[in-house]
Amino acid sequence: MDIIVCIKRVPQTAEADVTIDSSGKDIEKDRLSFDMNESDSYALEEAVLIKEKFGGTITVISLGHQDTEDTLRIALAKGADNAIRIKAEDFDELDGYKTAQILKSAISDLNYDLIFTGCIATDDAYSQVGVTLAELLDIPHASLVINIDTSEKRAHVHRELEGGLTEHLDISLPALCTIQTGINEPRYASLIAIRRAAKKEIKVIGKEEIEKENLLLNTQIEELFIPPKTKEIEFLTGSPAESASKLAKIFKEKGLI
Amino acid sequence: MNFELTNDQKMLQSEVRKFAENELAPLAPEIDVSGEFPKESIKKLAELGLLGIFIPEKYGGSEFDFVSLAIAIEEISRACASTGVIVAVNNSLTAYPILQFGTEEQKQKYLPLLCSGKKIGAMGITEPNAGSDVAAMETTAKLEGDHYILNGTKRFITNGTEAGIFIVFAYTDKELKHKGMSAFIVDRDTPGFSLGNHENLMGIRATGNCELIFEDCKVPKENLLGEEGQGFYICMNTLDVSRIDIGAQAVGVSQAALDEAVKYSKERVAFGKPICKFEMIQNMLAEMATQIHAARLLVYNAAWCKDAGIKRFSKEAAMAKYYAANIAVDVTRKAVQIFGGYGYSKDYTVERLYRDAKILELYEGTSEIQKVVIASELLR
Amino acid sequence: MILSEKHLAFREKLKEFSDNVVAPRAKDLDLNSEFPHDLVKKMGEMDLYGLFVPKKYGGAGLDTLSYAIAVEEVSRACGSTGIFFAAHTSLAVAPIYQAGNESQKQKWLIPLAKGEKIGSFGLTEPNAGSDASATETTAKLVGDEYIINGTKCFITSGHVADVIVLTATKDPSLGYQGISAFVVEKGTPGFILGKEEDKMGLRGSITSELIFEDCKIPRENLLGEEGDGFKIFMQTLDGGRISIGALALGIAQGALEYAVKFVKSHSISNKLLSRQQSIQSTIAEIGTEIEAARLLIYQAAELKDAGRPLTKEAAMGKYYASLIGMKATNTAIELHGMLGLTKEYPVERFIRDEKLMEIGEGTSEIQKIVIARQILGK
Ligand SMILES: Cc1cc2nc3c(=O)[nH]c(=O)nc-3n(C[C@H](O)[C@H](O)[C@H](O)COP(=O)(O)OP(=O)(O)OC[C@H]3O[C@@H](n4cnc5c(N)ncnc54)[C@H](O)[C@@H]3O)c2cc1C
Ligand SMILES: Cc1cc2nc3c(=O)[nH]c(=O)nc-3n(C[C@H](O)[C@H](O)[C@H](O)COP(=O)(O)OP(=O)(O)OC[C@H]3O[C@@H](n4cnc5c(N)ncnc54)[C@H](O)[C@@H]3O)c2cc1C
Repeated sequence: MDIIVCIKRVPQTAEADVTIDSSGKDIEKDRLSFDMNESDSYALEEAVLIKEKFGGTITVISLGHQDTEDTLRIALAKGADNAIRIKAEDFDELDGYKTAQILKSAISDLNYDLIFTGCIATDDAYSQVGVTLAELLDIPHASLVINIDTSEKRAHVHRELEGGLTEHLDISLPALCTIQTGINEPRYASLIAIRRAAKKEIKVIGKEEIEKENLLLNTQIEELFIPPKTKEIEFLTGSPAESASKLAKIFKEKGLI
Repeated sequence: MNFELTNDQKMLQSEVRKFAENELAPLAPEIDVSGEFPKESIKKLAELGLLGIFIPEKYGGSEFDFVSLAIAIEEISRACASTGVIVAVNNSLTAYPILQFGTEEQKQKYLPLLCSGKKIGAMGITEPNAGSDVAAMETTAKLEGDHYILNGTKRFITNGTEAGIFIVFAYTDKELKHKGMSAFIVDRDTPGFSLGNHENLMGIRATGNCELIFEDCKVPKENLLGEEGQGFYICMNTLDVSRIDIGAQAVGVSQAALDEAVKYSKERVAFGKPICKFEMIQNMLAEMATQIHAARLLVYNAAWCKDAGIKRFSKEAAMAKYYAANIAVDVTRKAVQIFGGYGYSKDYTVERLYRDAKILELYEGTSEIQKVVIASELLR
Repeated sequence: MILSEKHLAFREKLKEFSDNVVAPRAKDLDLNSEFPHDLVKKMGEMDLYGLFVPKKYGGAGLDTLSYAIAVEEVSRACGSTGIFFAAHTSLAVAPIYQAGNESQKQKWLIPLAKGEKIGSFGLTEPNAGSDASATETTAKLVGDEYIINGTKCFITSGHVADVIVLTATKDPSLGYQGISAFVVEKGTPGFILGKEEDKMGLRGSITSELIFEDCKIPRENLLGEEGDGFKIFMQTLDGGRISIGALALGIAQGALEYAVKFVKSHSISNKLLSRQQSIQSTIAEIGTEIEAARLLIYQAAELKDAGRPLTKEAAMGKYYASLIGMKATNTAIELHGMLGLTKEYPVERFIRDEKLMEIGEGTSEIQKIVIARQILGK
């Protein structure tokens, strides 16, 4: 079973103070830390689990800048066999479609039974790349996958729907799945695996290797901004008696009582 | 010297940090209260290869360098200081002297056990009447036939309750003073070896600290580590390395305190603004950050010396340990200060960090002893 | 500390220069408030002014770490010579190297880097110290000339400088946005030398007031673009902090060495001072802190050479080195007892020299604000 996993290096914004940069279209990234996109790490783990069962190879691929190689190396340490970086610096502005086009061009020559991507990137939240890539490659796909059972030619997958529903699908391979978080428990790389991965070569390809005739940028960011604060939440702490008296004071101040 | 970390060091740092944040930090408050040794965590750390960080692969280790050791101990301690010292003792106080002074048989027998976590390591130097003054120890080892007979008591031994392999120091010839001291590898199940009182500690409460009692304990002759009379040298040589660890542990505890303080200072409002807007608070944060950064560089500096194969780096190791411990107490104190009354409450992490920091100035040579080492080099 | 062979050899060379050439002059320079023209010339011959400048611009083509080592070694013997060296290099050579265009580099960088000309940097004003946005000196473009009006103060080497990098604003109400950087040459009409400061320490260095009255400079003396002044001096100060940090470090190291020498050769009741534990304790503390400061500064230097952000690290290095520098010089006096207060021993000079390091190029309070802003992410 040969599996390709598409991964993205994203800034960790959950607990950071995010500010907009001078272009007005992106965030300040200087002081942020970066890591593998969350659902991508589940996609990678799922690939490793399948490889452990059936054998085969895992190729991780990322469209990113030089520091993306750190993330690819972690993927190698966690069980991927090969890693490819497509130089993001070769392609100006990107959107979901254009990214999928570039990935498609890089993947076309590779052998694969399955392609995994994460179901959403935590930075731009497009949720497009996986399904668009499947369409461009003309293979079946399933999104929001929370369980996979594969055999030689087919895969049985569970999709997570709204309202607690699960959809069971049977799809023929090769196929693409966008993986939902929680499908497994991603492992940590062991030190020995890290040491080996640190020495592995990462294949780097640029615009010469990508068909660029039809690269399309369908959407453009006009502006990125932090919405103005409209409401303020105040937590009243202390013993029940204390918070009750604070609350009463606020009611009084606001003229409510 | 190169301040920039290598690829594998950076990867190790990010993986250990993630592991520590997800797996160790949530347990830290619990085991602080219960004092329970974190057995499950240790198992997981073993799987990742963190119990034999610099031990060669052929003995089951991960074969990283000493800077990596410092990075790993810092990250683990940042989440949980107890776990940090457990790992440090296993790596540097137990596996290291066996690697450095053991026979090939000893290495093959003991190192894989320590690296895999099948057996945990501990080291017994301190005694009721011999702390800083190591040479005042009273434990003796008499050669009788194929065995050394050990008699004496060790106190304050980290990992004591859980360990399977102990490095124990005893006099084979008291007349020769410190030249008559020897080191032994003692298995937990050796007849005549038992555990005494468990310590109830102020900080690092989950480290299995207890007394070791040797009553006509029969240690096979082949468990002598190094040569007879080499014990004191082995002890000092090992402490140079383990001071890198304790320095790193101090940096981890301090960094945790700074992280908490930064976060809290942005959220806590007083006089109508977040307290981080007050310059006095900013002052403290800036001082803390500078101290931590300086301490980290001193720790790396000692590790660079070791990695470069420099034989004598006692001064660098002592500087790292002394400075990092010193600032850890100061930084955690400031963190509690920034939290105000909440910092004094067990509901907040900084309360634990403040208690965890104090031991750093005491074990593996008190700050006074470090200064004696440093001064003797500077005044040479 | 482990340094590369290259840097070790460089340090050895500088140590020799410092011990044999600079140190013997230090006392007199201080006592007589004498500017060390001889040492300034020698350092030029040793290619010290362009250590991080490429050879084609008259530099030595080495790196910032070598520069930090050089400032440290020179200052270990003499703070006055150290501040001249640091100001000339970090505040005049560096901004022209970083922000100058090719013809500006040809005209000013080469002679500055070779030591044929002396440079200085005019940022501070009577009403603009820590707060440089309050700059009142104006530069008005009239035809092909800028007309400068205003007063700069506390400018190191101002009176002897051939080339001055100057900040001035289009309009004081614009704050930082209005500020640009210029080069003014000695002898330009309207450029008047004001008073010379009589200082507590660094007495062998010159600290001057510079007055500009309708001083006309050609338009091509603008460094970078109009309004770039803030950016240029922030970058200059990041580098400058490495040099002031190295200067503070050097003085601290010098003080420690004198203290060690003293306690090893003086006894109380037949017991060498160095055998007293409380003295060992202080020596160990200071030795450790100096080593820590050195690591901070060298790391900042390495970051600069790698082109990485270094604002936080440079501020930490400068703040910390000057903090422990005060402690080191103070302790050095204490260890000498009353002798430490006499001019017979050099340590009283060291503490007077060291005090500036907590003030110049951003006071310690300002460094801490810079650091806090970096860690608070705002
Ligand atoms: C939590 C914990 C874990 C420990 N883990 C271990 C372990 O795993 N293995 C082990 O062998 N030991 C361990 N120890 C023991 C520890 O290393 C000793 O406590 C330490 O060496 C100090 O010895 P002491 O407590 O006897 O203090 P003392 O030596 O009695 O010192 C008391 C005071 O006198 C000062 N002093 C002593 N001598 C001098 C001197 N020459 N000059 C100046 N001042 C001096 C000391 O600095 C200190 O302030 C542990 C201790 C604790 C609390
Ligand atoms: C010997 C010497 C050489 C010098 N060389 C040069 C040179 O070559 N070129 C040059 O341009 N300048 C030079 N200077 C000037 C030096 O850089 C300034 O003195 C320094 O920037 C401080 O400014 P100030 O003296 O106006 O102090 P002020 O800014 O008036 O500060 C007074 C006090 O207030 C504190 N303070 C100010 N703002 C804040 C704040 N926001 N928060 C908290 N505390 C604050 C300061 O830390 C300080 O403690 C030199 C000075 C000396 C003494």
